[in-house]
Amino acid sequence: MSVTQRTINPRLRQRPERSPLHPRKSIAMTLLMALFLIYALAPIVWLLINSTKTQSDLFSTFGLSFGHSFAFFHNVKETFTYQNGIFLRWLGNTLLYVVLGAGGATFLATLAGYGLAKYRFPGRSAYFAVVLGAVAVPGTALAVPTFLLFSQIGMTNTPWSIIIPSLINPFGLYLIWVYAVDSVPTEILEAARLDGAGEMRIFFTVSWRLLLPGIVTVALFSIVATWNNYFLPLIMLSDPHWYPLTVGLNQWSAQASGVSADPIFNLVVTGSLITIVPIVAIFLFLQRFWQSGLGAGAVKQ
Amino acid sequence: MSTVTEEPVAATPVVATARNRPVPDWRGWLFTWPFAVVFVVVFIAPLTYAVWLSLFQDKLIGGNSFVGLANYTTALHDADLWSGFGRVFLFLVVQVPIMLALSLIAALAVDSARLYARGLFRVVIFLPYAVPAVVAVLMWGFLYSNNFGLTASINGWLGHDLLKPFAPRWILTSIGNIVTWEYVGYNMVIFYSALKTIPAELYEAAEIDGARGWQVIKAIKLPAARGAIVIATIFSIIGSFQLFNEPNVLKPLAHNAITSAFTPNMYAYNLSFAGQQYNYSATIAIIMGLLTAVIAYVVQLRGSRKEDR
Repeated sequence: MSVTQRTINPRLRQRPERSPLHPRKSIAMTLLMALFLIYALAPIVWLLINSTKTQSDLFSTFGLSFGHSFAFFHNVKETFTYQNGIFLRWLGNTLLYVVLGAGGATFLATLAGYGLAKYRFPGRSAYFAVVLGAVAVPGTALAVPTFLLFSQIGMTNTPWSIIIPSLINPFGLYLIWVYAVDSVPTEILEAARLDGAGEMRIFFTVSWRLLLPGIVTVALFSIVATWNNYFLPLIMLSDPHWYPLTVGLNQWSAQASGVSADPIFNLVVTGSLITIVPIVAIFLFLQRFWQSGLGAGAVKQ
Repeated sequence: MSTVTEEPVAATPVVATARNRPVPDWRGWLFTWPFAVVFVVVFIAPLTYAVWLSLFQDKLIGGNSFVGLANYTTALHDADLWSGFGRVFLFLVVQVPIMLALSLIAALAVDSARLYARGLFRVVIFLPYAVPAVVAVLMWGFLYSNNFGLTASINGWLGHDLLKPFAPRWILTSIGNIVTWEYVGYNMVIFYSALKTIPAELYEAAEIDGARGWQVIKAIKLPAARGAIVIATIFSIIGSFQLFNEPNVLKPLAHNAITSAFTPNMYAYNLSFAGQQYNYSATIAIIMGLLTAVIAYVVQLRGSRKEDR
């Protein structure tokens, strides 16, 4: 894809088959790489196939072939109606946490990364050092103290206990900072100031558009991180009505063992499939936009 | 110039040599304060609180009392903690190099013009990153399972229980496979982004010098990816030391092999939520945080020192 963007030396164009920019395609290399594809896709294909099986077929038929009956729609219906439709509630919770948590994280990281890149203000280097140092702090080292703090102010077991910690994305701030340095020319800011625009107005009319590929990158990583969050809600929430999909699914799965075992493997499989469909769709949609954002980050590193 | 904020102007003595001492420009805080406020609430405050907690002990008799570094002394001699640490360290030394090597190979292939359908490979190999860890573990857990998994089918064909993913001696390998599956594409994208920034002139120069294939990779591509490799290594170290989701979700399936102190993080979690030992749990979290930071720092130093040469 990117090869077409590179400037091609006319001298090299005369013998494209020998140029390192246009070598002959290799079937052997493609076949070798196909192993990666199979590895990446096999569990997902397994999930797709097995979401069509009844629980007894799950046990009795080969994993990568279809079962005796096609129970996909039955499974989907069961998933959404089991336990008074709690799965739908979990899906709604996940969406709430993603929209407010990942949306807020992207917004805060964008504003702060831009501010750090484009202004020299007192405390700037300390700010940057502290936030970058935070990248190295294991998030889970903070989870227990965060839980204790939140429980003292009565905020555990509420959506806020998930949303507020999701708002901080130090790596996102770093990406925006790196991206803003080059993609928002200082001359444009100076020109807008001469026209009498305030700093906030400049950001919301001009700068954010220039930052868009970086913002999409940060949004993608924030959305994936929030959608897939497991440790934080596991700690913070005890009421199943506030569970996101990840914690709920794991609870269904754990239902198969223990004293009052009531295995619902077909619902775990179908629920897993329903959990990954929206995030994979968002991922495939956004990934086209964000390559340049991460590329800029890689240069500076 | 500073039409927005008045107060810093008043705070700065207006001297003739203002060229050397510019008026402090506070406008950056307009953009950076919201992040800073939330950062203090969800990062600085819990971190401080964790340090505070680790200096106390909650006893049945006498209640909460200050004990100085006693929790740290206990932790130093805690066999459960260090066996968990040994396990994640082994995981780190084996799984991370394998995963990063695979990621680098994939990135070089996807960057190479010799590959058919490069866009497809790039997207599909990255795809597992979007799958929640819980779902990834559930899927692989099914595949590993002796009831309805691929393992069962393979063992059935062989007529022999060759594959035992949940056996104590194989469990770390099984977890390593899941983690590799989740993150090989993520690291590939980090490497690929670095490779993509190599200017075409460099390749042309190499072409004129007669460099081919592996020489181009060794002389141009790998040096260009070194910064990204250091970053990915640091992220992977942090991830390994934090190992929690995969073993915790796998635990019901492999309860013989995965104990409640399987990784330091699971240990800290179980101390808090099964044992109510919040003070000691905070101590372990801090020790693991410090060890992670030190090792990540050493890797970064070594990585950048090579760059100086």
